[in-house]
Amino acid sequence: MSISTVSGQPASPGRRIRRFMSDYPLVPLIVLLLLLVLVLQTLSPGIVNPRWLGNTVKFAIPLALLAGCQTMVMLTGGIDLSVGTAATMAGFIVATQSVDNPHGVAMAIALIPALVIGFVNGIGVGVFRVHPLIMTLGTSLIGVGCLQVYQRTVISSGTKYPDFLVWLGTGVTWGFPNALVLFIPVAALLIFIQRRTGFGRLLYALGDNERATRLAGVKYWQVILALYMLCSLLAGVVGLLYVGLIKAASLSLAEPLVLPSVAAAVIGGTSIFGGRGGYTGTIVGALILTVLTTLLTILQMPEGARRILFGAIVLLVTAAYLRIIEDR
Amino acid sequence: MSRFLRNNGWVTGLFALLILLFIATKIIQPSYGQGDFTSLVRAVLPYAFAVAAQTVVVIAGGIDLSVAAMMALTSVTAASMMAGASEEYALFVVPFVLAMGLVLGAINGILIVVSRVPDIVVTLATLFILQGAALLVLDAPGGGAAEWLRGLILGTLPIPGLPESITGWIPNALVLLVVALCTVWIPLRRSRLGLSIYAIGSSDLAAFRSGVPVARTKIIAYALAGLFGAMGGLSLTMSTGIGAPIPGPYLLASVAAVVLGGVALGGGRGGLLGPIVAVFVLRLVRTDLTLLAIDPNVTAIVEGSIMVAVVMFGAYITMRSRSS
Repeated sequence: MSISTVSGQPASPGRRIRRFMSDYPLVPLIVLLLLLVLVLQTLSPGIVNPRWLGNTVKFAIPLALLAGCQTMVMLTGGIDLSVGTAATMAGFIVATQSVDNPHGVAMAIALIPALVIGFVNGIGVGVFRVHPLIMTLGTSLIGVGCLQVYQRTVISSGTKYPDFLVWLGTGVTWGFPNALVLFIPVAALLIFIQRRTGFGRLLYALGDNERATRLAGVKYWQVILALYMLCSLLAGVVGLLYVGLIKAASLSLAEPLVLPSVAAAVIGGTSIFGGRGGYTGTIVGALILTVLTTLLTILQMPEGARRILFGAIVLLVTAAYLRIIEDR
Repeated sequence: MSRFLRNNGWVTGLFALLILLFIATKIIQPSYGQGDFTSLVRAVLPYAFAVAAQTVVVIAGGIDLSVAAMMALTSVTAASMMAGASEEYALFVVPFVLAMGLVLGAINGILIVVSRVPDIVVTLATLFILQGAALLVLDAPGGGAAEWLRGLILGTLPIPGLPESITGWIPNALVLLVVALCTVWIPLRRSRLGLSIYAIGSSDLAAFRSGVPVARTKIIAYALAGLFGAMGGLSLTMSTGIGAPIPGPYLLASVAAVVLGGVALGGGRGGLLGPIVAVFVLRLVRTDLTLLAIDPNVTAIVEGSIMVAVVMFGAYITMRSRSS
């Protein structure tokens, strides 16, 4: 509707559409989401009902939260591939530690490795200036190694899932998934941080022009360290939520979420080069990906094709973004 | 001239480190001998090709994140084509897979040049795509390999006139590695093209203004990386006899070895010999840890930490040299 009114303007419609899309990135995203739902409804009539909606939201929430970490890091021009490992460690440790410890203690223990990963990432990227992608890939490999060693020590004790996490992960109240109790405050907090706080502005500033920001007196390493620790902590919380949802702790618990989390942030309009984007788009991006996954499952698309599609989406959207930015 | 000396000094230092490690290995395990060296070289083989692929791209000023996925894809392609096929059919499979690597690498380069998206993002996307393609070819480890192909990297090379005690230290796998790398690298290094690759890595603007075809050179650099990646994939199939669609830990290892091998991550500096020696050093450290009877999972942690430390060190050096 709104797009057609814009393209009706006299002067160069293509340029105006592009202008409109870069000004209001949410509109085309929501249109895309509705289109996907429409396709889904046409392919298998009757699938779209309140129960499906609840399930979609339930599975979109961990992805959206993880993509939230990714959005924050991407704003500074980085990327964090260790979020999957941080989440997996938290999930696996809480499931094994809950056997002997009170649940609150188990959760606290589970979040420690996530914080350590974030700390090491922050030091590597902020102080030593390693490329974030390589640094986080390295820490995630080390993390997986540590988890394997840890698994040996607890292999006989079995696993237990705290009732609270199961309630949070799988429960539904009045048609709404309980995970919203966690998601809404966290999402509000992330959006608040990005839009209203000095820290959020520093993230945008660093991503936009790092040199200028440093010359303006910003301590680069402090911001980056805080960012990566916050990001890993959030990833750890996602791990707790996800293990409650899946109820099967494994060493590759959250790994399948890593690539989609990058894709969700990119689709949501956050530039992988930093300085542009925000969390609201990412949430819609996560919903789009969840619906797309359902669609691909209905079409019986194999896992390989799904990965190809994710890769293609990341590439296409980034290239398109570059064009839009250059255009202005 | 001083830079040339310094680069060679780096490689010499690495060789010294390698020899020290061999001595340490001999002290830890007095019975370490020809057979162990042969298996070391076989384990190094896929890593060495991954490192070669990364080296070419890094010298050209880029980075290839898709190298491990490229190896996985070429490996499963080779394994699934050779499964149940005749021995002679493999004669066709090998050049086919190598050509496939070359073409896929060139596609990487073309995407970078055409889309103008940074290398790191494009190769991250192609990493997903190649991984997916590998899963489509084989969704679980499987396939097969021709016997003569597997035999290529088994045993040692008998040289007439030399006693067994010397030829025992020349495994076929090492010969294959040296031959494969030299046939690509030496002509390249001596040609105008090789010079162009160094030029665009050093400064693509300066290279462009001196009339170097920057886009074409970049595409060729990525194509060569694809070719080395395909060699790595083939060597995986050769040593295991099957193909596995899940990429191994070759990406981080290749970057770490490139940095340790004295190739600047910014591009335009370094050679192929340093990273190859570096990969031997990294593997030998792993062997030593295993010989010291350390839990293999702990070994993985130590190895990962060493690689991260090396990459951090390399980044620190780059930062220092840039600010000075």
